[in-house]
Amino acid sequence: MEKQVLLTIKGLQIEGRSGDAWHPIVKGVDLTLHKGEVLGLIGESGAGKSTLGLAAMGFARDGCRISGGTIDFDGIDLRQAPEAQRRGLRGKRIAYVAQSAAASFNPSHKLIDQYCEGPVVHGVMPRKNAESDAVELYRRMRLPNPEDIGFRYPHQVSGGQLQRAMTAMAMACRPDLIIFDEPTTALDVTTQIEVLAAIRDIVRQFGTAAIYITHDLAVVAQMADRIKVLLRGDEVEEADTRSMLAAPKQDYTKSLWAVRSFARAAQPQATGTPVVSVRNVTAGYGAVDVLKDISFDIHAGRTVAVVGESGSGKSTTARVITGLLSPRQGEVLMGGKPLPSSFKARSRDELRQCQMIYQMADTALNPKLRLRELIGRPAEMYLGLKGKALEARIRDLLTLIELEPDKYIDRFPGELSGGQKQRIGIARALAAEPQLIICDEVTSALDQIVQEGILKLLDRLQRELNLAFMFITHDLATVKSIADEVVVMQNGAVVERGPKAALFSAPQEAYTNLLLSSVPEMDPDWLNRLLAARGEHA
Amino acid sequence: MTIFLSLIVGLALFFAIGISARAAFRTLAPDHQKPTFRDMPLTASFGIAIILVYVLVSLLGPVIAPFGEGEVVGAQYLPWAAPHYLGTDKLGRDMLTRLVYGARNTVGIAFATTILAFVVGSVLGIWAALVGGWVDNWMSRFVDALMAIPALIFSLLLLTIFGTSVLTLILVIAAVDATRVYRLARSVAQDIVVMDYIEAARLRGENNWRLIRREILPNAMAPLVAEFGLRFCFVFLAISALSFLGLGIKPPTADWGSMVRENATLIAFGDVTPLLPAGAIALLTVAVNFVVDWQLHRASGLKE
Repeated sequence: MEKQVLLTIKGLQIEGRSGDAWHPIVKGVDLTLHKGEVLGLIGESGAGKSTLGLAAMGFARDGCRISGGTIDFDGIDLRQAPEAQRRGLRGKRIAYVAQSAAASFNPSHKLIDQYCEGPVVHGVMPRKNAESDAVELYRRMRLPNPEDIGFRYPHQVSGGQLQRAMTAMAMACRPDLIIFDEPTTALDVTTQIEVLAAIRDIVRQFGTAAIYITHDLAVVAQMADRIKVLLRGDEVEEADTRSMLAAPKQDYTKSLWAVRSFARAAQPQATGTPVVSVRNVTAGYGAVDVLKDISFDIHAGRTVAVVGESGSGKSTTARVITGLLSPRQGEVLMGGKPLPSSFKARSRDELRQCQMIYQMADTALNPKLRLRELIGRPAEMYLGLKGKALEARIRDLLTLIELEPDKYIDRFPGELSGGQKQRIGIARALAAEPQLIICDEVTSALDQIVQEGILKLLDRLQRELNLAFMFITHDLATVKSIADEVVVMQNGAVVERGPKAALFSAPQEAYTNLLLSSVPEMDPDWLNRLLAARGEHA
Repeated sequence: MTIFLSLIVGLALFFAIGISARAAFRTLAPDHQKPTFRDMPLTASFGIAIILVYVLVSLLGPVIAPFGEGEVVGAQYLPWAAPHYLGTDKLGRDMLTRLVYGARNTVGIAFATTILAFVVGSVLGIWAALVGGWVDNWMSRFVDALMAIPALIFSLLLLTIFGTSVLTLILVIAAVDATRVYRLARSVAQDIVVMDYIEAARLRGENNWRLIRREILPNAMAPLVAEFGLRFCFVFLAISALSFLGLGIKPPTADWGSMVRENATLIAFGDVTPLLPAGAIALLTVAVNFVVDWQLHRASGLKE
């Protein structure tokens, strides 16, 4: 079946400016998209996915320029076309759905006003029709109360709903092409399913072509007809989804496919006094109880993964253990002895025993301090190291996290990549020589290959130093690879807990089952099967 | 024509001083500092050179000045001619001598005042933001109350109560200025204390002083440095205003602000002499702000 070609990009080159020099971001990529076809673009961050996606609209971000190649959209040369003509296309025939709907909606206008802007400005339909059309699309996107939801402000609806409202908005002029830039990356797995299903249905119903940009292979497998893999601005390979998943040709693609295969060796059941036990903790802010009667243990040399959707109380549990939030009831024991509820009342040694690694290494490392001081300070403070001994310890720690001491010791955090920053966060925690490290979503801001590196590092450190980890995450793939025990949380309560193998193979609770089944798999039929099984969809 | 010529001479001087100063810093600086000075803009090197000249003049005042500070050496309003190279003022004191001594008094007091205001204001402001709760509330409302009183009237009040010595002058103006610095430092620090690295440092068990000094202050430097340049100039105004009202620097102590006022009548006769102290203030202000801008640029990591 020969379909009509909608978009042809040939030898596209895009450069970005840093200082006075221009560096290539996209290095001569070809792309062909047929009408009604969905193309998945995958790659790590910095691969040029988003830049390429925006170029399909004939647009280059500030500080970027399209330096070579052609972009032909349905017979219109987007590089040569005057800006007015390109503006006429954008929103009307080519639409864009951004990663963060919350940041992309104007917070001070109602959803429906923002919906109507496109059709009215482009003269597709008058305001009245646009409004009724919006309700129709909201219904098709399976948003609750489609008649009313448009009259809310962006902060009054949830993240998943906002992302669907944004997709509806992109559909407003019935464009020929929509570019989805990581639309579900910021969502919980259970919400992600709804958004994915809604996006896929609406794209099919209207026969819209789409470019779907993501770093998540399992997601792209559900959405795309064809997949194109990018690496540092170059195309690695392109094939239709099934053959790409079944038989990737290039080494790089294979390595992407293999990322999720890392799994920590199974550990025997832990015995003895747990490093930390959380006993019947109830805690909250103001009058609201965020945690309700939470209990679990963490043993030395073991990883306990705490999973749940956002708002389930995972991070609050960490705040109770670290002493940032005092529980209303219950207590936290360390090595069998109760810890003072506030960190201010804890001794220096008690503080040392429990260290934390944060999700955003950017905000967790003081940007004005050199690595020497960032890592050295806990060692200096808790262990009383000074001068040569301190220097040696800092170098050891850098070696331990696989960074060359000579090269990095005097750098500032701003001079490191995301993965390296996270490693510094780990080194800072290790410097205190703790028994327990709380990892709060430490890998969720990182690329999959970098994630794997961090997980392997954490696993190795745990084996060498017999550390206990409390691993907070919403990513079940991470849980599968690193956890020994899993604690599933929902609405501030522990739904289920147990050894990883048992929990994954035979979940006892409905919620655990829902959570586990919502994790996308690399099988292109997974979403269909799941929706059929859940009976939401014929 | 004269204006045009002096403009050219001025620009030439600016470039000459800037370039030669930069070359000098580059050769004199220790090795690890050399890159800093290599990338220094011309304005900054000019600024540093001018500030150094002022500092030298203040330190060596009695040596350089040809006459005594309050010494009456000739007739009133003598023209520019040897031995009174810049003429005399309305009491017959040597203008050049007064300018040299004025550098000591005015610049010394202004620097001392601004630095004191910044140390007190920023430490208290950051502390308030860090501790929060009632400490923050009480301090901030107290500062609000102080700021509600017009600055000049408030300083007059304090000076009347505590008497007018140079020390009280410094303390009073610093106290008034510190309220402004406090507000700025507090609002900047409020954005910083919510960062994860502050939480990490708190959990580590760091005390407040260390948090203020090592964790917050380096990140709050850029706006504070910018404010420093501005505040420094306002202090001159405050001192001259108070001197004018008879509560600032007492005659016969030389002070640039009062020197302008005392000799202002000469302007009517087309004589630029009274503008010399004003020019001295202006030049220093420009120089300080050049250096401040450069530091700001470096601290914030801004690129063109």
